[in-house]
Amino acid sequence: MEILVCVRRVPDTSENEIELDATGKDIEREELVYSVNEADNYAVEEALQIRDRVGGNVTVVTVGGEDDEEVLRRELAMGANRAVLISDDAFIASDGRGVATILKDFVQKGNYDLILCGVQADDGAAQIGGMLGAMLDYPFASLVNSITVEEGKLKVSREIEGGNRELNEIDLPCVLSIQTGINEPRYVGMRGIRQVASVPIPTLGASDLGVQKDSVGEAAAKVRREDYFVPALSNGAEMLHGSREENADKVLELVAARGGLK
Amino acid sequence: MVGIYSPSLITDWLVPGRDLFLTIHILGIACFLYIVAKRLVPLIRAERDLRFDRPLTRLGRVLKFWLGQWRHPRYKFAGTIHILIFAGFILLAVRAFSVLIVGVSENFVMPGLSGKAGHIYDIITDYASTVVFLCMLIAAVRRLVFKPARYAVPAKYGKGHTADAVFLLGLIAILMVADSLFSASNVAGHAQRGQSAEALATLSLPWLFQIAFGSMPLATLWVLNVTAYLVHEVTFYFLLCYRPFGIQFHVETSLFSIYFAKLERGALKPVRWGVPDERLDQVKSFGVKTFEDFTWKHMLDFYSCADCSRCADNCPANAAGRPLAPRFLTIKARDYAFQHYPVLGKANNGKSLIGNIYSEDEIWSCTTCGACEEECPLLVEYVDKIVDLRRGMIDDGNVPQSLQKPLKALENRGNPYGKMEKKKADWAKAAEFQRTCSVKILDEDNSARTLYFVDSITSYDDRIQSIGRSTSRILSHIGEDFGILGAAEKDSGHEVRRFGEEMLFMALRDHNTDAIKASGVQRIVTADPHAYNALKHDYKDVPPVEHISQVIAREVRAGNVQFNRVENEDKVYAYHDPCYLGRHNQIYDDPRAVLDAIPGLKRVEMKRSRDRSFCCGGGGLMLFYEPKEEQRMGVLRVRMAAEAGANVIVTACPFCMVNIEDAIKVAGMEGEMSAIDLTELVDQHLVRKVCPEKNVALETVSCGG
Amino acid sequence: MARIFAYIVHRNGIVDDTAGELAAVARRIGPTTSPTAILTGWGADLEAACNSLRAFFGDIWKIANEALAYPNAELVRQALVSILPSNSILLVPHDHFGIDLSPGLSVKLGSAFVSDVLSIDGLERDSLRLVRQEFGGQVSTHVRCDISSGAVINVRPGAFRPEQVTPISSGVIDKSSAVGTLTARRRFFETIVAEAGDVDITKHSVLVSIGRGIQEKDNVALAEELAEALGAAVSCSRPVVDAKWMEKSRQVGSSGKTVKPKVYLACGISGAFQHLAGIKGNPFLIAINKNPKAPIFQVADVGIVDDVLEFLPELTSKARELRGVAAK
Repeated sequence: MEILVCVRRVPDTSENEIELDATGKDIEREELVYSVNEADNYAVEEALQIRDRVGGNVTVVTVGGEDDEEVLRRELAMGANRAVLISDDAFIASDGRGVATILKDFVQKGNYDLILCGVQADDGAAQIGGMLGAMLDYPFASLVNSITVEEGKLKVSREIEGGNRELNEIDLPCVLSIQTGINEPRYVGMRGIRQVASVPIPTLGASDLGVQKDSVGEAAAKVRREDYFVPALSNGAEMLHGSREENADKVLELVAARGGLK
Repeated sequence: MVGIYSPSLITDWLVPGRDLFLTIHILGIACFLYIVAKRLVPLIRAERDLRFDRPLTRLGRVLKFWLGQWRHPRYKFAGTIHILIFAGFILLAVRAFSVLIVGVSENFVMPGLSGKAGHIYDIITDYASTVVFLCMLIAAVRRLVFKPARYAVPAKYGKGHTADAVFLLGLIAILMVADSLFSASNVAGHAQRGQSAEALATLSLPWLFQIAFGSMPLATLWVLNVTAYLVHEVTFYFLLCYRPFGIQFHVETSLFSIYFAKLERGALKPVRWGVPDERLDQVKSFGVKTFEDFTWKHMLDFYSCADCSRCADNCPANAAGRPLAPRFLTIKARDYAFQHYPVLGKANNGKSLIGNIYSEDEIWSCTTCGACEEECPLLVEYVDKIVDLRRGMIDDGNVPQSLQKPLKALENRGNPYGKMEKKKADWAKAAEFQRTCSVKILDEDNSARTLYFVDSITSYDDRIQSIGRSTSRILSHIGEDFGILGAAEKDSGHEVRRFGEEMLFMALRDHNTDAIKASGVQRIVTADPHAYNALKHDYKDVPPVEHISQVIAREVRAGNVQFNRVENEDKVYAYHDPCYLGRHNQIYDDPRAVLDAIPGLKRVEMKRSRDRSFCCGGGGLMLFYEPKEEQRMGVLRVRMAAEAGANVIVTACPFCMVNIEDAIKVAGMEGEMSAIDLTELVDQHLVRKVCPEKNVALETVSCGG
Repeated sequence: MARIFAYIVHRNGIVDDTAGELAAVARRIGPTTSPTAILTGWGADLEAACNSLRAFFGDIWKIANEALAYPNAELVRQALVSILPSNSILLVPHDHFGIDLSPGLSVKLGSAFVSDVLSIDGLERDSLRLVRQEFGGQVSTHVRCDISSGAVINVRPGAFRPEQVTPISSGVIDKSSAVGTLTARRRFFETIVAEAGDVDITKHSVLVSIGRGIQEKDNVALAEELAEALGAAVSCSRPVVDAKWMEKSRQVGSSGKTVKPKVYLACGISGAFQHLAGIKGNPFLIAINKNPKAPIFQVADVGIVDDVLEFLPELTSKARELRGVAAK
């Protein structure tokens, strides 16, 4: 099976403190450390496991710049067969739909049975997979937490409310967005990355993919972020400032008053 | 012929006596050599292990641990029995040889042992074989009736080993009996015929046999003699050839396992001997994944295990119910070797060990405390094997999710918590603390003689930062010119290495080494035994390092520090030896000397202390791993402190502090037990000079005086 | 001003709370425009759901199609594409269905898409200014959306208060015939219900809920002791389940259970919206967290900055005193 996984390099959520910068319009980026988006990493692991079960190849792709190569290399070290960087000045400041368009043009240059991406990244938009599926006219399923390969199709389960799972059958080729926790990703250490340090990662630009320049980039973006801000704490909790004992007493009082402690 | 004569002179059997016994000799030795050659096959294919240096030191250790049975008395009863058996075997060696040769050459006498010397030797060996025989009986009874707990084999490891053990004991007993009968019947026969014969040692086994059988007819004595001889020879060669199939192989291999044993404690085996760091990228596979990845010395260890279970008996992971027992790490590997490199049949190799004879949890469960290595009378090594197996799992990407997060954080941020580098020295900037003690951060503008290497947990953990502050105040008090590296300091990488991530460790080590060299310091002090061990054994080309307890102890001995009296008379203190300060680096007395210098401090020793100290649960990455266990190691330790009559545990390691304090809560012993770090205790009790102008202590801290 | 539509999620004849919330959003975007509700489904359940919306929406469009008996996003998309006028604004709740439907739908409609919107600042000609969050809720951002060719907007459940209005016109319009045959290369099979755990947290009126701040599995016992002393049950947030410290049946959140207790103690929970999405009915929320900047303090009624590992045992022993329960 030819599997494509779309990945993204994001500021690592647990190793960074996200704060506004001096201008107040952006976050402080100077000391950020980056890594592959967590959900995308789960998607790559899933792709590798499917490949190891049924054969085929796993390709990882990202839309970005030079800095983004490091996540491609990391996924190569994890076991992907091939990595591609899609980069062009024309792509800068594309919105989600622009990025999906670029990926669509890339997919159409190849021959993929299954396209995976993480359910969402640091901006919480959760949009690329669904858009890509619609642009390609491939069936799509989001929040996938298990995949079984059958002949020409997949059985996938989606994570819905209450811990329940929605079981679907989906024809190939298709696009899936993968939820975290679907598997246990293998570890990739410095050694693994060094071993793939000299594997060439081709870079493709707008003309390589035949991307219409008016469908990407800043001009084509319909959704733009204006700024970052931290909202003033308008209403918030009434904070208790007593000693631990006093706070505990107060809590119990409040709980009892509302019907607890029966 | 009539009477008793050398068996070599038998002519009325199918085959003349001499020829028969010679044939048995040749067959027996050939068989043994063949078996040993087959046993050596995996060792020849194994990874190299550079153990041929420092022969004099190694010989010295052979004298101490092999001949001197140094480790054995740690278990008094079993140890004494073994020492007696061992001594007996050593003494009987020449006699056994003589007896065997007699079957071929009738008048054989060992050169140097004719006449009086020979007679004395025979007396000694008469007693030796008696003692060995009695020890066999005692050992068998002990195994069958008293069944010491540590010999038990949990079901998952197969059936018990008692039958085999008793079988071997029986065979040795038979050997002693046969030998004694041979002598006794010989002497009795000569006596009956009026020939001169050596007197047997009074009350020895042969002597008793002579009393029992001496008056039998000569013909009977002759039958006894020959039968005893035959039994002796067959049993001897059976044992010789059987030993390499089980735990008794240690009789032959112990000399080598001890000679080639590791000399430097606390240090780790490199990824590949003879491959320097710069060329490690070329190594195809890291660590031990298949049996053949072990070094020949590790394989020799597998052969040398005597199944005494002292290691498992002292292993804290085993006591806590984790799926790890060092004994079975070895026995399973040995059985694997026997199965895949059989004496009869072809070798078949190459199956992965993890998932086959070892489980992942088994290998991750080890805290590398070294208790097993401390106990083993054969100096079998464990830590290097665990680390090698972990290296293999890391290489394959097979790492528990709980460990992946801190490893990633270490790679990105240089500490397992993912906290920002610029906050590394925040602990020293706490306003109240800064008023009492100002900590220099070493950079282009600031230098010092001494580096205080703080390491990650002391820098970032809210509770443990107090150890950093106490240590700084102590260093300040004794007038040490010191500084910290601050944001330039990354995690020492001690556990990173011991969890098998060698490349990440090297990156951390190289970064820190550069920072330390750039700072120009001449010595290093740390309050973290893991950092201490790393800087001492894992790092090269850094200034000498000391643990804070050594520094304080020196000042105490020199009379440079005074302590105030303890305030609370009810407190009873137990010092817990941290594994990486105590066992791995043998610093036991300095911390105790410091505690004993505090007036009025009541100190008790826990049953398991010094080199028998019981690991708190492990440090570094072990704090992130979620083991499968029945109990926490820390909880077991806290209960030991209570048993010893203590209500305060003194630790000298930040990880011990975390584990012990946690354990006190989990065990529900808050109020009955508390924990304090050595530096905090010292900080509280130091007699400090008062600043005359301001009439305020120069380092204002709450202190008893 | 483009027409505003709201896709209504319903189950067993009952509309989701988000229906009223979307009505409120519609009014924020176009105060003078009357929004239209769209429901897809089949049979009596669909009828009941449509009828219950009259308090919130003027027009109600109904698409009854047997293929839509279970809401399969791929099929619903086709249906919506056939009936939505061009350049419409469609509001959808940002739940597992909205995540499935909206991005692809926006492409087929040729419209813009914004997900997980928290508030609407205002509409200026063809530019809609909204507020979203990024980085797990750590920062907010103002976003401008060009709605000249329409927009699909996913709205965070619970971010808006439902608004009722006197309907301008009322009526359910059957649009079923405008939708052709629906086929999709994704077919719904069945719903696998999560295993019932030992405790049904949805049935308890007081919940002691734990998050990452509990730090390790052994500390879960602290919460259990408190729950016992209070006569409550222990629930948790997703990270606790991911770490396998508690079972999935205890999880509160958008991918876990929805609870409606009277009192909710959030212990060591940061307050990520996916967790809060599982708390309905506006309980009295007491938050204990070591981090004074934790988002939970914005939504809690009472907040205490403290280490849960220290505070819970204190609370437990006092609760035991009050109830006269002997400590174990």
